[in-house]
Amino acid sequence: MLSLFRGFVAVSYKEALHMRRDSMAILFALVVPLFEMIILGAAIDTNVRQVPTAVYDQSGIMETGTTEGTGDSRALIDRFRNSDTFAVYRYVHSDRELNEEMVAGRARVGIKIPYDFDRNLVRGDSAEVMVMVDGSDSTVAGQAVNVSTSIGLDESMRRVLSSGQQMPVDVRPKMMFNPDSRSPNFFLPGLMPVLLLMVTVTLTAFSIVREKERGTLEQLLVTPVRPLGLMMGKLMPYFALSLFETAVILVFMRYAFQVPIHGSVPLLILLSTCYLFVNLATGMLISTKANSQSEAMQLATMTLLPSIFLSGYIFPVDNMPQIFQMLSKFIPATYMMEISRGVILRSAGLPELWLNALKLFASGVAVLLIAANRFRKMIV
Amino acid sequence: MPAIVTENLTRRFGKFTAVDRVNFTVERGEVFGFLGPNGSGKTTVIKMLIGILPLTEGKAFVDGIDVSADPESVRHRIGYMSQKFSLYDDLTVDENLRFYGKAYGLRNPELEKKIREMIERNALGPYVDRQAGRLSGGWKQRLALSCALLHDPTILYLDEPTAGIDPVARRKLWDLLFELSGQGITFFVTTHYMDEAERCSHLAYIYYGRLIADGTPDSLRALPDITPSGSRRFEISTANVTSALRKARAVPFVKSATIFGRSIHALVKDSITQVELENELRARDIEVEEIRALMPSLEDVFVELTYKKQKEAEVANA
Repeated sequence: MLSLFRGFVAVSYKEALHMRRDSMAILFALVVPLFEMIILGAAIDTNVRQVPTAVYDQSGIMETGTTEGTGDSRALIDRFRNSDTFAVYRYVHSDRELNEEMVAGRARVGIKIPYDFDRNLVRGDSAEVMVMVDGSDSTVAGQAVNVSTSIGLDESMRRVLSSGQQMPVDVRPKMMFNPDSRSPNFFLPGLMPVLLLMVTVTLTAFSIVREKERGTLEQLLVTPVRPLGLMMGKLMPYFALSLFETAVILVFMRYAFQVPIHGSVPLLILLSTCYLFVNLATGMLISTKANSQSEAMQLATMTLLPSIFLSGYIFPVDNMPQIFQMLSKFIPATYMMEISRGVILRSAGLPELWLNALKLFASGVAVLLIAANRFRKMIV
Repeated sequence: MPAIVTENLTRRFGKFTAVDRVNFTVERGEVFGFLGPNGSGKTTVIKMLIGILPLTEGKAFVDGIDVSADPESVRHRIGYMSQKFSLYDDLTVDENLRFYGKAYGLRNPELEKKIREMIERNALGPYVDRQAGRLSGGWKQRLALSCALLHDPTILYLDEPTAGIDPVARRKLWDLLFELSGQGITFFVTTHYMDEAERCSHLAYIYYGRLIADGTPDSLRALPDITPSGSRRFEISTANVTSALRKARAVPFVKSATIFGRSIHALVKDSITQVELENELRARDIEVEEIRALMPSLEDVFVELTYKKQKEAEVANA
């Protein structure tokens, strides 16, 4: 059994030396993810605020002769302004102008209050308001629709209920785990698996190809080193390195971006090792397939996009079509996403997460065995 | 028990037969020179013998062990130095030695002892901390040889070990090989240099996958294909070789003639004496400076064998 891993110590000794000699490249591999983290952590805020809004208040113009009306239409516009979601930057005089603002992208939202708005309210008829939303950004659009609908509802309730009367149903949402709904708190725990993927797969993807390219592999094959010994030996120094990177990312997240880690840090690191392992093994598999370093780089990059889009990092898995939900189950980042968000945000523990970690570990073993087998066929 | 035995060793890549039913036996302690034109299958044979390329057909025994059945055991007994420098450029001399020692399962104190021994034997002392990529060609070869010898192999395969290194380093490397050969190590060497071939105790010549000569240098020189019965070789030194060649070829009892530097090698009927030849040449207006009987060189041998095979192939194709 142990003889299957023959050469493990020798190969990890050698790989560690390569790493030391090539410290610039290694440093680069470690620092780039931190930059990406800074960009995503500092620049991206998914909370929609101050959406540029243009208003065409026909009703107000009828009453006052100016574009800024008074009375009921004016009161409604103020409700929109006070919501923090809409920023009215311009009043327009015509449908054509309103349309132009939308098409040019200057206004994300256009509000049109028809000339009979005030009159209908006074009469007790239903007064219509049109809210046009630019659908090209779904986050902004969704928020604009929700907020404008609830402003309308609220305004209606106020008019229907006589003063002093209570709301028949009072819904009070409470945001758990991320009460201030800070974007970094949500984004960075999800980003962690992506960053770790970037580091790990490329590190090992180069390792065997490089020996193929330099002609050192042949000499290595003549030694009694066994395929599994070679694979594990190459994997080990990079495993230590990526474990270090995990710690650096966590420290950055906690102290530079003030993301509170609600669960246990040692548990998070322990479970992360399974994820690191499957990624390093994937890199190894790529390495047996690719014939040159540039080919390895391309294959490694190919693993990145599905992991970003199908793992639930950006788009929730539950919203995906059936087939993509199936696909997401084959992506290690999906499970790591559960683990990191679980531990960091929800304070989840081993009972909730062990199955994710086990799946990652098992697939790591499977991938490594496939890689070792491919490698064996490559030689004898 | 011989060091290496092959029985109908064959390797095909798709429809192309790179090595075709090759049979030879290398005895223990021999310096076996394996020769042939580029692309004729030399490296393919080596790769099969060291167990990194499966045989398509036939058998190969190294130290009595069937290479196909037990490549693992074979690996412990052999050392290999490939055509291209194949150690790690970014590792130092000491680190390269240490890695290969560990890869062959050496442990301290044995490992340290062997590393010291290799450094001393090959005078690598001043370079232990230098990265291998910064060594000159000759020193790289010595390091590669040291790495291949660390685990005390009984057979050492060297694939064109002296390609691209200077003549002094070349000579030193061969001296070292003979010293090791004296200690009982068997050498399997491929080369293009005829002077190196002359130094081998056993030669084989492979031509497009087929073994066409096998024996000691002297037995190859004596092959009837090279010096057909009823003929002798002479070397004729002359001032104007090109015109002399034309004139010499016109002599009825000269069977063939080729230029070697500032002289002509001629194959002549053995009923003709050296004096008769000289007189005939002078009669044909050739300024003969010196004339002497000649043993065929190994270059003659391989060139003749190659021509003969090419002619056979042409006949077969026609």
